[in-house]
Amino acid sequence: MWNRVLFGAGLFHSVCHFEISRFCPPRKSCHDWIGPPDKYSNLRPVHFYIPENESPLEQKLRELRQETQEWNQQFWANQNLTFHKEKEEFIHSRLKAKGPGLRAESGQKATLNAEEMADFYKEFLSKNFRKHMCYNRDWYRRNFAITFFMGKVALDRIRKKLRLKQKKTSS
Amino acid sequence: MAPSPHTLSARLLTGWGGGCVWYLERSAVWESPHRLARLLRSRSKQWIAFQHCTFLRRMYVTQLSRSLNQQAKPKPEPVAPPFLEKTALGEAKDEIYEMRPLSPPSLSVPRKPNEKELMELECTAVTEDSMAVGKETKEEKQWKEMKLSVDDLPGILARLSKIKLTALVVSTTSAGFALAPEPFAWPCFLLTTLGTGLASCAANSINQFFEVPFDSNMNRTKNRPLVRGQISPLLAVSFAACCAVPGVALLTWGVNPLTGALGVFNIFLYTCCYTPLKRVSIANTWVGAVVGAIPPVMGWTAATGSLDAGAFLLGGILYCWQFPHFNALSWGLREDYSRGGYCMMSVTHPALCRRVALRHCLALVALSAAAPALDVTTWTFPVIALPINLYISYLGFRFYRDADRKSSRKLFFCSLWHLPLLLLLMLSCKRPPAGSSGAGEPPS
Repeated sequence: MWNRVLFGAGLFHSVCHFEISRFCPPRKSCHDWIGPPDKYSNLRPVHFYIPENESPLEQKLRELRQETQEWNQQFWANQNLTFHKEKEEFIHSRLKAKGPGLRAESGQKATLNAEEMADFYKEFLSKNFRKHMCYNRDWYRRNFAITFFMGKVALDRIRKKLRLKQKKTSS
Repeated sequence: MAPSPHTLSARLLTGWGGGCVWYLERSAVWESPHRLARLLRSRSKQWIAFQHCTFLRRMYVTQLSRSLNQQAKPKPEPVAPPFLEKTALGEAKDEIYEMRPLSPPSLSVPRKPNEKELMELECTAVTEDSMAVGKETKEEKQWKEMKLSVDDLPGILARLSKIKLTALVVSTTSAGFALAPEPFAWPCFLLTTLGTGLASCAANSINQFFEVPFDSNMNRTKNRPLVRGQISPLLAVSFAACCAVPGVALLTWGVNPLTGALGVFNIFLYTCCYTPLKRVSIANTWVGAVVGAIPPVMGWTAATGSLDAGAFLLGGILYCWQFPHFNALSWGLREDYSRGGYCMMSVTHPALCRRVALRHCLALVALSAAAPALDVTTWTFPVIALPINLYISYLGFRFYRDADRKSSRKLFFCSLWHLPLLLLLMLSCKRPPAGSSGAGEPPS
C-alpha cells in the first residue's frame, strides 16, 4: 500500500535528492562533514567546506564532487526504491498464487523463503543490467576525474606553501 | 518579526465585540424575546466561526514572517516503508525541526564568500533556535568532521587494505615457499612475505577505491573507510601506490623477477579484471579464483626461481578451494547482489553455482592424491588429508542437493578451517630433499 502512496504523491522525485541538510557545521571547522547514510540511497551525504580563498580549481573540484553526489543519490535512491517496490509486488503475487490456505494452516502471515525469492533476484538483475553498465562506466569516469582533480589541488596547495616559505626566507 | 498575536486578536476582539454588543442591544429593544434567543444562537455560531478564522489568520501571519528569514522545508513523508531502518523516534524529532536555514534542495550549492557570511548568520540563528527548542537531534550527532587524525590512521589503513585477507594471502605464500624443494632461506622468505603483503594491500585498496557506492549498499561492506569518509580517495590511491611500488620492487630485486612479475600480474588481474568484471559477467568468479591461486605460486617461485609442476599443483589446490568458499558465501548474499547489480552465479545460475562448488571439492581430493606423484609430498599426505577432503566434499554435496542457507553456511565455515589444515598437513608431509631418506619412505 505504502509504495502506491509514495509514487502517487510524487515523493519518488523528492527522495532522489538528499533530505535537505538540517546540519550546520560549527563555525570553527575548516573541513568537510559527512553524515549518516541516506535512508533511500544508503550513501552518506557530504557537506562541503568552502574556504574563503577558494581557488578556481578548488571550486571546480567541489562542484564536481557535489554534482557526483547528487547523481549517485538519484541513481541509488531510484534503484533501491524500485527494488523494494518490485520485491513487494513479487511477494504479493506469489502469495496470492499460493492461495489463502497457507495462511490458515500456519496461523502466521505466509512469507516467501530465500529460494522462492531467487527467481525475483535473477529477473531483477537481468532487467537492470544495461542500466548498471551505463552507471558503472559513468561512475568510473567520475571517480577518476575527482581523484585526479584532488591530486591537482593537493599539488597546487603544496606549491603555494613552498612559495610562501620562499618569500618568508628571502625577506 | 510578526506583530504579537495577542495584540492582533485583542484589537479584533474589541472591534468585533463592541459591534456585536451594540447590535444585540439594538435588536433586544426592537424585537420579541424568542426572536432574540434565535438571534443570540446564530450570533454565537458566527462568533465561534470568526474566532476560528482569526486563529488561522494568526497562524498564517506568524508563519509568513518566519519565512522571511527561513524557508519551510516540506515535511518528509512520515510513513516509513518496512525496509527502512529509521526509527520512529528519529522521525518525530524531525517534525519539530522543520524550519531551517535557507538552503537549496541540494546540500551545498556553490556560494560566494559574501553569501557565506549570510549563511553563517542564518546558521547562528538556527543554532540558537535549536538550543532554544531543545537538544541536538540524533541525526546531527551522526555527522562527523572529515578530518584525518594520525591516531586513527593505522586502523583505517588496516581496514582499507583488508588486513585479514592480506594475512591469509601471505600465509598461502609462506606455505608455497615452505613446500618448495629448496633449503629454507629466512632472508628470502621475509622479503617474499613482505613484498606479497604489500602487493595485496595495494590491490585491496584499489578495489575499495573502485567500489565505494556499491559497498555502501551492501551490509557486509558498508563500514569500509572510504564509504564512511574516514579517508579521501586520493589518499587511498596514494596509499596503494606506496604499497605497490616497494612491494613489487622488493619482489623483483629482492627475490627474483619472476616473482615480481607474478605480483604485478596479480595486482592487475584483481584490480583491473576481477573488480570491474564483477558487475559484467559471472566469469569474475573464475578470474577471482586465479587471483587466489597465484600467491602460493609466488611463494614457490621465490624459493625455486622457476614455475615447476609443484607450483601449478599448489596453485591448483588454492584455485579449487576458492569455489566452495566463495559460492557458499555468495548464496546468502543474493539479495544484496541483485540490488547492487553484481553478476554472480548464485543469482544468475544457481544450479551452476552449486555444481561448480561440488565439482571443485572433489577436485581437491584428486589434487591431494597428485601431490606425492609430483614429489611435493609423501604418500602419507593424501591418506591423512582424505577425511577433511571427504568432509568438505560431503558438505559440497549437501549444498548441491539442499540448496539452502543452512547447507551454504556449513560449507562456507568448513572452507575456513579446511584450507589452513590442508596446508599444514602438506607441510608436515613435505617430501624430504633428495639424498636424505625418511623412515620407510620410497626414495624420491
